[in-house]
Amino acid sequence: MLMPKPDQSVLERRDLIVNALRAIVEGEGVIAQEEQMRAYETDALTAYRQMPMIVVLPQTTKQVSEILTYCHAEGIKVVPRGAGTSLSGGALPLADAVLLGLGKFNRILDVDFENRAVVAQPGVTNLGITHAVEQEGFYYAPDPSSQIACTIGGNIAENSGGVHCLKYGLTTNNVLGIEMVTIQGEVIRIGGKHLDSEGYDLLGLMTGSEGLLGVVTEVTVRILKKPSTARAVLVGLASSEAAGACVAQVIGAGIIPGGMEMMDNPAVNAAEDFVGAGYPRDAAALLIVELDGPKVEVDYLIGRVREIAEANGATSLRVSENEEERNAFWAGRKSAFPAVGRIAADYMCMDGTIPRKMLPEILRRMSEMSIKHGLRVANVFHAGDGNLHPLILFDANQPGQLEAAEAFGGDILKACVELGGVLTGEHGVGVEKRDLMGEMFTRVDLDQQQRVKCAFDPKGLLNPGKVFPQLHRCAELGRMRVHEGQLPFPDIPRF
Amino acid sequence: MSSTIKPIDEAQVLDAVVWAIKAEAPLDIVSTGSKRDLGRPFQAEHTLDLSGLSGVNFYEPEELVLSAKPATPVSQIEGLLAAKKQMLAFEPMNLGPIFGQPADRGTIGGVFACNLSGPRRIKAGAARDHLLGFNAVSGRGDPFKSGGRVVKNVTGYDLSKLITGSFGTLAVMTELTFKVLPAPEKTYTVLVAGLDDATATAAMSRAMNSAHEVAGAAHLPADIAVASVVPYVNDAGCAITALRLEGFGPSVEQRCRELREELAGFGSLEELHSRNSAVFWHEVRDATYLAEPLNRVIWRLSVPPASGHAVVAMLSRDLDVHAFYDWSGGLIWLSLPPTRGADALAVRSAIAGFGGHATLVRAPANVRASVPVFQPQTGPMAALSGRVKDSFDPKRVLNPGRMRAGL
Repeated sequence: MLMPKPDQSVLERRDLIVNALRAIVEGEGVIAQEEQMRAYETDALTAYRQMPMIVVLPQTTKQVSEILTYCHAEGIKVVPRGAGTSLSGGALPLADAVLLGLGKFNRILDVDFENRAVVAQPGVTNLGITHAVEQEGFYYAPDPSSQIACTIGGNIAENSGGVHCLKYGLTTNNVLGIEMVTIQGEVIRIGGKHLDSEGYDLLGLMTGSEGLLGVVTEVTVRILKKPSTARAVLVGLASSEAAGACVAQVIGAGIIPGGMEMMDNPAVNAAEDFVGAGYPRDAAALLIVELDGPKVEVDYLIGRVREIAEANGATSLRVSENEEERNAFWAGRKSAFPAVGRIAADYMCMDGTIPRKMLPEILRRMSEMSIKHGLRVANVFHAGDGNLHPLILFDANQPGQLEAAEAFGGDILKACVELGGVLTGEHGVGVEKRDLMGEMFTRVDLDQQQRVKCAFDPKGLLNPGKVFPQLHRCAELGRMRVHEGQLPFPDIPRF
Repeated sequence: MSSTIKPIDEAQVLDAVVWAIKAEAPLDIVSTGSKRDLGRPFQAEHTLDLSGLSGVNFYEPEELVLSAKPATPVSQIEGLLAAKKQMLAFEPMNLGPIFGQPADRGTIGGVFACNLSGPRRIKAGAARDHLLGFNAVSGRGDPFKSGGRVVKNVTGYDLSKLITGSFGTLAVMTELTFKVLPAPEKTYTVLVAGLDDATATAAMSRAMNSAHEVAGAAHLPADIAVASVVPYVNDAGCAITALRLEGFGPSVEQRCRELREELAGFGSLEELHSRNSAVFWHEVRDATYLAEPLNRVIWRLSVPPASGHAVVAMLSRDLDVHAFYDWSGGLIWLSLPPTRGADALAVRSAIAGFGGHATLVRAPANVRASVPVFQPQTGPMAALSGRVKDSFDPKRVLNPGRMRAGL
């Protein structure tokens, strides 16, 4: 992975920079020793590692503003980091960049049940927000599988999803406001406990911008009352086509389940070996359909889902009768990644999205690719919204296997785009999918996105090397290309 | 000489924008013009009429997705959806009634350009939460796309959010792909009679904080309720607080019983069933209660839900206010007597302590030209918005000044 070339003039000034940062953040908040910085050299995409130049851990918005003002003036790159759980290398350090960790921003600032909102610092964990409100029966809906560790600030950077976003939306649909600091050190507040934007929707733009546009220092999210009932249906099916049809018909019947997950046979067996969830080992595809809401509604919809499953030739069907059973149904799905981790030395987790109806087709293509690349693949999907997580099994110690796995992954994502989908559903582009952006976007599309980046960060100092396959200078992007040779609308009727 | 350019496809839109850039001739982007009175008036010699770009590209009910060209009538889309028991869940409002114009002239491009959402906003999200992807021509004369046709998508910046509510000032949309959702089988509305604004806010908060999945929470003070055409609302002779429950039949009936029990202490209760509910929530969505008299000024305020009543109370001390609440108290529709300044300072200082924003929806053009229609921005935020505009439309050829001077 080619990253921007380190700036020697910055590296030469490292001691000066350390001193300048220590003047802003005293004591242990500035880390400059290699052994102490090692904890920051990678995120959850561990294939890529890079020691940062310096790590700084501010505690106040004022400090963040001063750090960014200084870095901007001095032309020093900055990589923001939450808990470091990014699966796409979003927090991968750069050799000549300051790594700005927000872990000390870990306080809940306001719990407001009247307005159904929580104000939190960005380093509070996703689950920490739910913990702050669950005594009153509330929760924060987006639930990425790393929710015990990942931070709300990181969730905003990545627009994180989760099993329940089919019904309750992604991070972007659940954030009401932020305070952010621009690379120029300006503190901007967007939104609040009210709805909608008073101008351009910069909140929507910031969400999912992967730390390239600003550093979030405070977050306001909406909270919801927990549904009174949740029950799950576990359906074994004889083919992926039958499973795909089942998913389509549930949605077609007007039912939006709380979650609708699918696992293929290799994933089912890996999970069964690992946790013994009671999954049917012979199922070609397994569906978990969770329905939540008022009890009467859940019971009614369980009946309708059962009819649809039976009409599609379900080979097995179980309905959870209590919380223990429901949790057991989920245990296998939730441990699918570590379960697959046990059956292979290494695995690579992909994250494409396709239109739901293409599920059988992408599975068929993946089996062909599996033969072509000589590697196995296990599949778990957020089937309800067509978000795939193929797990490619390989052994990095076998020569050529890492490269084969990367090529296999690339082929899967290209197929997703070809079938009408996208490169990444919820993990982000980061460095991992950066060089595939051209599969989905033209140069013109990407240039427009980079111009937006220039509006926030004209020097390109925030998290460079992520998302965009090629970096262009803002001055170059800003130039108007005069479209010579085009006649002024020769065929347009004028009135 | 002013002219109207009427392209019939994206290539012609591109030609028109490229011409405008070269001629440095700003364009006023319209199709039916149903929302032309919304926003700040601005001068543009030339009109880019998109009404030739109409029609549905595809509609896949089982995929919950529909794609259409910008001038496709909302009524056409809603008709298609209704036939498959689906809907635009954000309930786009119809500006016809308050602008004294025919209803249902809106287009889907206009709905997203203005980010117009109705009562279900509190449960299902805004228009901006439903746009999945789009094709457009920027003010630089570049045809570009963003997003896609799937909900789960974090590939690149979410420009769908930015373009929604940008009032045509960033790019000319030529294709929009958006999420649709199943329409409810049944809709009931629980009515509570006779609450003052503060107590009504508490009642709505109680309902919203329950597990009953309330999909609309509005409060009409007595002077507003009487203007409804719905029986029980207009003949109650007092204020009406309304809570909408929708979904599958057995679920709605059960939740309605439970919500009535929960609200029993607040006042006498009544319920509307599907037909009356539909009429009632259309009235709330379109703010029809404030339509007459046409010369009064209309403001739309978004504030923290628990604070709405305090904002109205503050304004009512000195002004002749007619107001009602949607979004559980967080959306205030306000009608004021006509004045040169539309009482903008009073309105904006009333919300200043609570947070939120105020939009001047209806006022004569000369008033909207002198009073900031949208909440004023200052400092770094204003500068950043300007740079975002620059990144799409540096020559200011697309609806320049429609949102703010210079933007």
